[in-house]
Amino acid sequence: MSEGDGKIVLSCSVNGEPQLLNVYPMARLLDVLREELRFTGTKEGCGEGECGACSVLIDGLLVNSCLVPVLQMAGAEIRTIEGVANGEQLHAVQQAFIEYGGAQCGICTPGMVLAAINLLDRNPNPDESEIREGLAGNLCRCTGYIKIFEAVVRACQNSKA
Amino acid sequence: MRANLPEYELKSPKNISEVLALLADDPGVWKPFAGGTDVMVLFEAGLLTHKKFVNIWNLQVLKGIETTNDHITLGGLTTYTEVQRNGVLSDEFPMLCQAACETGGIAIQNRGTLAGNIANASPAGDSPPALLVYEAELELISSKGARWVSYTDFHTDYKKTIMREDELISRIRLPRTMAGWRQYYRKVGTRKAQAISKVCFAGAVRMEETHVGEIRIALGSVAPTVIRCHATEKILTGQELNPEMIDAARAELSREVKPIDDIRSTANYRLRVATNLLEEFLRA
Repeated sequence: MSEGDGKIVLSCSVNGEPQLLNVYPMARLLDVLREELRFTGTKEGCGEGECGACSVLIDGLLVNSCLVPVLQMAGAEIRTIEGVANGEQLHAVQQAFIEYGGAQCGICTPGMVLAAINLLDRNPNPDESEIREGLAGNLCRCTGYIKIFEAVVRACQNSKA
Repeated sequence: MRANLPEYELKSPKNISEVLALLADDPGVWKPFAGGTDVMVLFEAGLLTHKKFVNIWNLQVLKGIETTNDHITLGGLTTYTEVQRNGVLSDEFPMLCQAACETGGIAIQNRGTLAGNIANASPAGDSPPALLVYEAELELISSKGARWVSYTDFHTDYKKTIMREDELISRIRLPRTMAGWRQYYRKVGTRKAQAISKVCFAGAVRMEETHVGEIRIALGSVAPTVIRCHATEKILTGQELNPEMIDAARAELSREVKPIDDIRSTANYRLRVATNLLEEFLRA
């Protein structure tokens, strides 16, 4: 559907809630999430697909939301960091990031957690090189990564317990 | 400076005929938009001069991988993730799978498409050297019909191709003729993931006893386009791969590539690495 001002109307779902959007078709999914829908857990790092801070899941696939025009979200199911915990109950990956100090400044953390969840969905038992590969598109300038990798290993153990 | 959103149009026709009609309507005005991993980078940087795009991401007709006895044919929208998961590709065309693994990270691999990598026509693309060695063929479609072209002839100069403005790449076809070939692919960049290559090398050789029966060599990031190195192939064909021959091939390759200095590397480094990779390939 088109409006006179160049905007379009489309529906999608974010964290299980239906959303009706009135947006410019080239608007970045990242900006729509943060500025229209106020899901500010999704962060902007580089804005060019290098750092992964803006990672979200679209229909179960990890993507950089800074590189997705919102028009392509018609009918899509989007999951952001706000949709990861179950009420007050943190996801095993979130819990493990806290236990192992996998977060410092926090800018990369939402994307890192979603990349880790996506990795464990595809491969519940990743070895270290598979963890490195699964998180290779997510940059962290604080932790040196080791604590993050440890958190992912811990999360695998916790989800099996 | 960031892009001014209202200046940009992105239309989403219901089917491929409507897409092709739009591309043909006023050639050059509308450009196809798939996974967006190249276009959106320019857009955010305020460097996207083109303003009108037609969304093709949702078109099923451009998706899927089909295998026959003679060919494997990939829809233009096949993503790097889908390339990695295909059994025939990993068995027979491992260089393409390796290129797909080494492009960006998971999030890029879920969105970047093979036809996009080709049409973007960067000399630094990761899959093009492999596609040159596999002698891929491309199906270009427009409202006037379809034509198959050889990928070897596709790139004509920096960011220039033989594709008309009313065409798009609908399918990529690889002949299943690699049995008995030894294959070697190596991308050299700053790090393993998320890096654009400094040099990218793809090679395949079919030995006849102690001699080279057939050999194919292609490189990225060493010329205005990705290149097939026919002169180097020619001097190696029929030869034994002894140290003297390898030195001669290195010398020939250094005449054949035309690397430059840019933000990612220097001409000297690229030349040295390209010839080292050739040697590693030939000695393996």
